[in-house]
Amino acid sequence: MTTQQEEHTLSHYLCIGCPMGCRLEVEADDGEIVEVRGFSCQRGENYAKQEFVEPRRMVTTTVKINHSLWARIPVKTVDAIPKERVQDLCDALHRIQLEAPVEMGDVILEDALGTGINVVASRSMPRTAEMAKT
Amino acid sequence: MLTANLQHLDKDYDVVVVGGGPAGMAAALGAKETGAEKVLIVDREKEAGGILLQCIHPGFGLQHFREELTGPEYAERYKQQVLDAGIHVATDTYVLDIDQDKQVKLLSGTDGVRLINTKAAVLSMGARERTRGAIRTPGHRPAGILTAGLAQKFVNLMGYLPGNKAVILGSGDIGLIMARRLTLEGVEVKGVFEIMPHANGLNRNIVQCLHDYDIPLHLSTTVVDLQGRDRLEKITVAPVDSHFQPDLSKSWDIDCDTLLLSIGLIPENELTRRLKIRLDPVTQGAVVNSQMETSKDGVFVCGNVVHIHDLVDFVSAESELTGRNAGLYVTDQQPPGDNIRLVPGENVRYCVPHTISSDRTHTVYMRASQPMEESILRLGDVYEKKLRYVVPAEMINLKVRPRFLQNFHGETLKVDILPVDNT
Ligand code: SF4
Repeated sequence: MTTQQEEHTLSHYLCIGCPMGCRLEVEADDGEIVEVRGFSCQRGENYAKQEFVEPRRMVTTTVKINHSLWARIPVKTVDAIPKERVQDLCDALHRIQLEAPVEMGDVILEDALGTGINVVASRSMPRTAEMAKT
Repeated sequence: MLTANLQHLDKDYDVVVVGGGPAGMAAALGAKETGAEKVLIVDREKEAGGILLQCIHPGFGLQHFREELTGPEYAERYKQQVLDAGIHVATDTYVLDIDQDKQVKLLSGTDGVRLINTKAAVLSMGARERTRGAIRTPGHRPAGILTAGLAQKFVNLMGYLPGNKAVILGSGDIGLIMARRLTLEGVEVKGVFEIMPHANGLNRNIVQCLHDYDIPLHLSTTVVDLQGRDRLEKITVAPVDSHFQPDLSKSWDIDCDTLLLSIGLIPENELTRRLKIRLDPVTQGAVVNSQMETSKDGVFVCGNVVHIHDLVDFVSAESELTGRNAGLYVTDQQPPGDNIRLVPGENVRYCVPHTISSDRTHTVYMRASQPMEESILRLGDVYEKKLRYVVPAEMINLKVRPRFLQNFHGETLKVDILPVDNT
């Protein structure tokens, strides 16, 4: 058997889908998934496959917001983005400044870094009259 | 109605809820559902929502809303329901005291003191973080040492970074989450140190907060010295032996300007103590019956002020029940009292509630003292169920149904968690 082409691999992951933390195993031949084991639900199976092909993560961070109850507003990606883009996305979001008011679900950054995934506000933020002074 | 002006409040309420976090909001809604007309939530922050507002990461609501939400989203869903239900919310307001006749003394920075009356009170003040004093770290007293939750508030709400190079002591979930959070904000996180031989937080957080960012986790290791006059400059860490004694010959120094402590939570029970309510020395929260009523008639409790929960979803469920019972109390519909006392036995640290009644279904929350593989959870000799594993970090809940107790005529039931081969 030529090792280069017919490589049999077992990869192990810990599912981050919920607090259960199931231990997942992906069996693959030559980079093709043969079997996924150890999950307790569909989320886990999907996560294992995704992790094998291209790890992805949800991103949550905050964005500067002016004239608002708090100085920062929490935002999130509506879906997971490739793991190696997470820091870039946070850096891009740091360059944004918003004006209150903002509604929960408002799109803050469309098609983030060309991933096709939007970043939305995780809460509504009222405009605060007293804070308008700054 | 949402107000920071105490003059806008009524003089008399059916239910006053102290603390507008997830527990307080769910309790207020529960009270409304069972007939309380005038319900007031008092919160010392500038808005209701509690600690959820700074927990910007996902992982909330899988049980309660059947979808994964961030903390602020979970809070906002509740806040909307609270306002829609006509519940009053007093913000920037502190409850100074509740007297034996349930007169509530409120204090606000703008309006001073105001007294209001209530028929029932729900205490849902939550918990506060253990601070440096609780673990007696030696060394100087420079700036830059703070609890992980406070750092979370600085970063996520107020927009301040606590420093540039950070170390985290304690592997609780808040500490792990802050390790990732600070990294994404450009802080160099030099490691997480845990005195126990195992991590305290969930495995998923070790994977997604530490492994993803190559942040080292040092088990059986602790901080033995802090240096820096005005600002923290350096810490010394050392491995510990099985009695938690550090081995100073193997210590090493780390340059850092920030040390975050993630070393546990303590229920915030000052008001409960002022009311002379009976406390459980294990949970450090009130002793409660199955209606979550305390030893003081008409005073109910819910959430982390009773016992520390691991999931906000459980807080919501417990608190809604608490609120419903407060509503039944003020409308004179309270069900008959309990007739069975639960006694924590083998490998059970505590049970909440402390008593139950044989004619209703109850959810009993408990925590194990020791980790155990496959085990049996036993309720006296009336009921048992298999558990796949138990760990102290994960709360166990047990539905106790009237049919389990049909033929039981005793007054106490012992709750045990036993290894499978011993039974
Ligand atoms: S496989 Fe399912 S149950 Fe197991 S950790 Fe993942 S999401 Fe949770």
